[in-house]
Formats: sequence, C-alpha cells, structure tokens
Amino acid sequence: MEALWDALLEPFRFSFMLRALAVAVLVGVMCPLLGGYVITRGLAFMSDGLAHAVMPGLIVGFLLGINPLLGALPIAVAMAVTVGAIERRTGVSADTAIGIMFAGSFALGLVLLKLTPALPVSVEDLLLGQILGVSAEDVWITGGLAVVVLATLTLLHKELVFVSFDPVGAQVAGLKTTWLDHVLFVLLAVVVVLTLQAVGTILVMAMLVVPAATAYQVVRSFVPMLLLSVGLGVLAAVAGLYSSFYLNLPSGPAMTLIATALFMLVTFGARARSRR
Amino acid sequence: MLYLVIGESLKRGYLNGVNSQLPGAALTVQDVSVVYDGQAALHHVTFEVARGQLVGVLGPNGAGKSTLLNVITGLERPSMGSVLVYGHPPEDAKRLVAYVPQHERVNWRFPMTAYDLVMMGRCTVLGLFRRPSRLDRERVLECLERVGLTHLSKASVGTLSGGERQRAFVARALAQEAELVLLDEAFSGVDVGSQESLVEILLGLRNEGKTIVLVTHDLTGLARRFDACLCLNHHVCAYGPPGVTLTPELLRELYGAHVGLFAGGI
Repeated sequence: MEALWDALLEPFRFSFMLRALAVAVLVGVMCPLLGGYVITRGLAFMSDGLAHAVMPGLIVGFLLGINPLLGALPIAVAMAVTVGAIERRTGVSADTAIGIMFAGSFALGLVLLKLTPALPVSVEDLLLGQILGVSAEDVWITGGLAVVVLATLTLLHKELVFVSFDPVGAQVAGLKTTWLDHVLFVLLAVVVVLTLQAVGTILVMAMLVVPAATAYQVVRSFVPMLLLSVGLGVLAAVAGLYSSFYLNLPSGPAMTLIATALFMLVTFGARARSRR
Repeated sequence: MLYLVIGESLKRGYLNGVNSQLPGAALTVQDVSVVYDGQAALHHVTFEVARGQLVGVLGPNGAGKSTLLNVITGLERPSMGSVLVYGHPPEDAKRLVAYVPQHERVNWRFPMTAYDLVMMGRCTVLGLFRRPSRLDRERVLECLERVGLTHLSKASVGTLSGGERQRAFVARALAQEAELVLLDEAFSGVDVGSQESLVEILLGLRNEGKTIVLVTHDLTGLARRFDACLCLNHHVCAYGPPGVTLTPELLRELYGAHVGLFAGGI
C-alpha cells in the first residue's frame, strides 16, 4: 500500500510535474464540459480548425515575448466569430467556412515559422504539446481562464442547453441565440488554446471529443453526462501524465490513448447497457 | 436581491397588464405579405383568432405555412401588413407565445429526458442566471402529468414515440405559461391514434382559455374537431368553422386533383 502511495506521489516531488498535473486536471475538466456541446452539436471540425488556426498567434506570441497562449487567444476568438459571418455572407456550409479559415491561418503560421528561424519552439512542440514544460505563468493563465469558462458555462447553462437542443424554439422564446452561439464558440476557442499546451494541435480534438463521447453512451441526460465525462477526462489526463513519467511516453499521445481505450471499453465492452 | 424583486414585480405587472386588456383577439394578422425574390410566400393574409380557440392552418407543402408561423413568432418581418399577439407586436409578446417545433428542426442527438425538456419551458419564466427552485420542479411535474407523461419523465426524448414527443413539447409550452401555443407540423411522425390523444389534450387546454394554432399539411379527419380551419395556399383560400371550410371544392383548390384520395376521410 505504502509502495503504491510512493509511486503515486513520487513524480510530484518535481515542480515541473506539479505544474503539469495542475494543467492536466484543468484541461481534463474543461475539455469534456465543452465536449458535451461539441459532440451533440457537431462541432468537432470547428474545434480541430480552431486548434490549427491559432498557429500564427502562438508564433507571434513567441516573437513578441509574451505568453504564446495570449497570442493565440485573439486569433481563436476571431475565427470562432468569423466562421459564422463567412457562412452567412457566402452561403457556403459551416464546414467549408471552417476549412477556409483553418487552412489559411495554419499556412500563415507555417510561413511565419519559416521566416523566423530563431524561435524557441519547434513545429513538433506545437503539434504535440509539451505539458512537462509548462511555466508557472501558464498554470496561472490556465487556472484563471478555467474559472471564467466554468462560471460562464454554469451561469448560461439552461440557455445554452435550450439553444443547442431546439434553436428555433429558443429564438421564439426570446433568447439571443446568435449571441449564445458566439459565447459557446468563444469558450470553445479558449479551451482549445489552453489544451494546446497539454496535448498539442493534433490531439486537442481527442480531449474534447473522446471523454464526452464515452459518457454519451452511458448516460441519457446532459448534466450527468457532463459530470461523467469530466471524471473520464481527468482520469485520462492524469493517467497519461503518470505513464509519461514512468514509461517515458510523450504525454499528449499517452493521454489520448488512455481516453480512446476507455471509449473502446465502453463501446464494445458494455454493450449490454445499450442506450436505445 | 432588490433588483430581482423589482424585476419580478415588473414582470408580473407586465403580464397582468397584458391579461387585463385582452380584447378577445389572441392573434390578429392584418394584410400580411411576405415576398422572397419577387415570389410571394404569403399574399395579403388577413385573419383573427379569438382567445381560447383551437385553429388549424391547413395547406400543402410550400404553401407558406411555416412563413406564417415565422411572422407570428417575430422570427421574420412581413414585407407589408402587421401582426398583433394579444394586442402587442410579436417582438414584445415573446413571453406569451410557446412554440412546438417541427420534428426536423430539433437536435435529437442532444441527450435530454422528458423532464429536462419540460424544464426548458421555465427558462424564460426564470430569466437569465436564475436556477430552478422547488416550485419550478413541481410545476414541471404537473405539466408532465397534464399531458400523461409522468411515467416517462426520466425517459430520453430520443426514445419517445412521435406522439409522446409532441405531448412533451406541449408540456413545455405549459411550463412556459404561454397563452398562445403554436405547433409546426403538429402531426408529422405521429400515428393516427396518438394524433387523436394529442388533439384531446389541446382541446383541454383550449377549454382552459389557451389559444392554439396548429399547422399541418396532413388532411386529417381530426380537423373536424377544431374551432376553425385556415386553408392557406399563399393566400387565404378559406377561414371559418370546419363545416364551412372543408368542402370538396375548397380542398381541391388547396391540394389539387389528389384531394379525391383524402376526401373520404374528411
């Protein structure tokens, strides 16, 4: 028993592991909360697009010597709001509008990266995340924004649910549906940017989608589903961190693999509890 | 807190104000036209619905029925003409109107129990940032009981039958404390037996003074039980009690030659 405790506590004698744990738990909580909306409203591509589109923001952040998260946030928020505008203005579908913004912005990021060879960051770090390298400042920014995200989701819960389930009914009832959608997209943008540092561009979607999709199969009411997926998200994030420490695996992929394994277990292991 | 108390009394006062000046007409549609790209979806539509009536809007697909609902709910502004809901323009009457959406316009992937769905009706009653109290929860259970869904309150709406879904949405309208209930394509995906029990429930609400306008493209025999039928094909073909409006000639004008297939049932 004592040996187990030692094994569990051992990694956190290192302060970089403590910082990583803090970010892992925050990401493990926030991603599934937004993920509940992402999987039920079909926003997975939007999330993936956001994760790629913030690349120039991250680089500009590095160039200006400010925290790269702060560089990425405005781009993510701008994209979240612009996609709707492009959709309305051109009549193309949402996924086309996202594709345009995603590709254009990511390309700009790659060009910037090429033009500024002295950056203290590699493409690999951006794509895979580097949770073991987060600074104390990163932890504070993540924690602060997590409070904002959680507060907004709680305060607007019943309105966001209404608009997600029955957008026309919500509009008739007098809710500001476009405004609520923008709030949701901005929150999504914030969470995507915060998750980037943990798991990187490519795996953001895994943390957003997988725990929520796992819980979706077990629970048929939204709030219990969110709570269960938060549990799964934190479990995957923390377990991923441990396996990263003990098995020397890259932490982002380890978290994603654990989340995916839980998903597979529930999907194919617990067929008896079918939803319908 | 003081703010909340004042807000509440203003809200109540506003609603009482509306109730006290009910002149009879729940809905007044005056010479409404809606034009898209030179095509008239609605052409000089005029009618009035008295308080406590159940009115069916009948017409084929593409006859402008949904546009009419959009104009009544304030989602769309008419190109000309005016709409009054209990004497107010639609934008100011949102709290008086509940809407039962078309099946296709709801996100059925969203995990939601029948209870959650009805609780949604309390959303506008409560207002921003306020959480449901014990009173709200009791009200939701009453509304579920009213439509005979108590035993399914914990069931996922995705698993409910078409008729049960419509009843759950009607319960939401009740929880919203609306005076005017609009149902878009009320009978689509609802089997004949359930259509009947839905109309039974709606007639019960009408008897309590609620005003109900339901839209359907089905030519249903149940239309005989409505207080009035509005036959719509871009313009008003006929409006009045079903005995007067649902004549073979009018139905032929409305639905074309195929009406022979249905006329026996009407």
